[in-house]
Amino acid sequence: MSTQVEPPVAGPQSTPRVDRAQYGLAAVLLVVGAYTVYDAMTLEVGFADPVGPRVFPVVIGTGLVVTAVWLAVATARGSRPEPEAGEDVDLTSPTDRTTVLKLVAVVLLTIATVSWLGWALAGALLFAGAAWALGSRTLIRDVLVGLVLAVGSWYGFVVGLGIPLTPGVLDGIL
Amino acid sequence: MENLGLLADGLAAALTPVNLLYAAVGVLLGTFVGVLPGIGPAMAIALLLPVTFGLEPTQAFIMFAGLYYGGMYGGSTTSILLNTPGESASVMTALEGNLMARAGRGAQALATAAIGSFVAGTIGTLLVAMFAPALADVAVEIGAPSYFALMVLALVMTTTVLGASPLRGFLSLFVGLTIGLVGLDLNTGQPRLTFGVTQLTDRLDIVVVAVGIFALGEALWVAAHLRRKPARVVPVGQPWLGRDDWRRSWKPWLRGTAYGFPFGALPAGGAELPTFLSYVTERRLARRTRRGAKGREAALRTDEFGKGAIEGVAGPEAANNASAAGMLVPMLALGLPVTATASVMLSALQGYGIQPGPQLMTDHADMVWTLLASLLVGNLLLLVLNLPLAPLWAKLLRIPRPQLYAGIIFFACLGAYATNLDPFDIGLLLLFGLLGLAMRRFGLPVLPLILGVILGPLMETKLREALTISGGDPAILWSEPLAIAIYAVLLLVLASRPLLSRWRARAEAQTVDGTDDDTDGRADGDGERAAAGTEGDQR
Repeated sequence: MSTQVEPPVAGPQSTPRVDRAQYGLAAVLLVVGAYTVYDAMTLEVGFADPVGPRVFPVVIGTGLVVTAVWLAVATARGSRPEPEAGEDVDLTSPTDRTTVLKLVAVVLLTIATVSWLGWALAGALLFAGAAWALGSRTLIRDVLVGLVLAVGSWYGFVVGLGIPLTPGVLDGIL
Repeated sequence: MENLGLLADGLAAALTPVNLLYAAVGVLLGTFVGVLPGIGPAMAIALLLPVTFGLEPTQAFIMFAGLYYGGMYGGSTTSILLNTPGESASVMTALEGNLMARAGRGAQALATAAIGSFVAGTIGTLLVAMFAPALADVAVEIGAPSYFALMVLALVMTTTVLGASPLRGFLSLFVGLTIGLVGLDLNTGQPRLTFGVTQLTDRLDIVVVAVGIFALGEALWVAAHLRRKPARVVPVGQPWLGRDDWRRSWKPWLRGTAYGFPFGALPAGGAELPTFLSYVTERRLARRTRRGAKGREAALRTDEFGKGAIEGVAGPEAANNASAAGMLVPMLALGLPVTATASVMLSALQGYGIQPGPQLMTDHADMVWTLLASLLVGNLLLLVLNLPLAPLWAKLLRIPRPQLYAGIIFFACLGAYATNLDPFDIGLLLLFGLLGLAMRRFGLPVLPLILGVILGPLMETKLREALTISGGDPAILWSEPLAIAIYAVLLLVLASRPLLSRWRARAEAQTVDGTDDDTDGRADGDGERAAAGTEGDQR
């Protein structure tokens, strides 16, 4: 999934360039649509069910394929997306892929460790790691804040809401 | 009158001390999350859904009511104090609200927003209590073909009428419908698009989808383009209104409510159009009053619009909240979500084993009335709690961004993990977060996707129900007068779309010009209109 964003067009005289990443998006959606249709074809059609389990996925998959092709054609004709603005979003800056990859890595680490470490520790790591990835350099404070958040939410869920989050290695201590 | 009696019963249920506590916690949490930059009401509710998992349905609803209005109010605080609206509905509030804040009248802007929201929310909720049951009575009679038509209408309207690019709307819709397919086929029990993964056979948890796309997607998108210099927050004191502010505010509140409620109840309505209409109306009226008083010449720029006019905050804010209440009419009476927030709330209902649909008001009447009563209570609590707390909320805007977004990611993962206590769900969350990132990058609107996920399975059920009755004859789909009427409306809307967008472009050109210092409110030349158009595009 490419996430490159060109800076917004500076003025009316700059020629609109083709946003190549949109071809990538169109290709991915084309594959998803085609797979949806293929997957539907493997289903058995039951009795006394005139529509059956196939019709809906086939229609949706076909729709996805058609719109994907439409997107590719529109891209070639110079259609450009309008990236979403926001309070903390600076669209004039180039895409910071490193930060996004760091965040993804931090979340993957949480997935790998949460069952073993338990939420109280994995959550603290998640918070501190995400803050670090986003550019915070106050690591010790972040770990402390993360611990407070994670341990607090563990107690809140387990005691307050009765949802048994895993204690992990801290079993018996918490 | 019978409705009022039922509402009173609901109030009695909502007004126990424990329930009041839940409402207060909901309002505070909702405002807290809503004030944080980058978080709209839909995302606030999605993030806080897990908190309600452990509660009884009634208490959960009471908390939702608080979360809902709290999240809305938090959003307007942000746009007044930061001038960076987090969502399209707050754009108009930010326009005059931030100018007021910079002119040292931030306290009045916050106060008129809070009181206007209260007035509009109260009137709106009472209107819901009047209309929803009547509509639900009719709705129970609606057959599968008409219900199917209604859903087609909702999907096509949100996809084509809202947003700049119908192509991107349809892409988003089809992706959403595909996500809705994942899981066991309801009739035959065969797995679809599950890739042999057992966790997927039970359908994707809508909480994970919504939190992934709204919360994690937003955090990743911000991470990719983090503004290194934090936006300037205008300091603010205790909100209050002077006598003159009251005099200037009450009419815009009522007019805003009148715009907001009907639009909120329509599919593809939302708050964007009514807030805009309210803003334009207030500006025009302000100009006319001055004109009457001081003669035509003085009329050009004596009104305060463009310098921070209180009417420009009071009207749109009321419209915003009234449309939030209007949205509840189709949601409660038809089980049809028309906004992202309604989708998230309906998915929460599904979490309690309550199927959205026309039966909702008859099968779960006591719960619906408690919800409506809680909305009234939550609205009042919002006013009581938030007027004194506003300076505190303003401080939240100064949270350093790395910690703020780390916190959002933390709570998103917690929510996903708490649904089934399975790390697999955090993986799904990450997947949908990346999808949300891609959607923001490629300008794909979020609402069609979320509606597709929710309405897709429901549409399939109704379609199969209808065709089973007819023995496979598709003619049954337009066999009911209501269905035919709905398809006619749909064709009419699609045919008038070019006209509509031209009209809107012209009206928007006027607004943008009006906020410039040097131009009068009218966009005469095409050049001006084009310039205003590009400004709108960048928003």
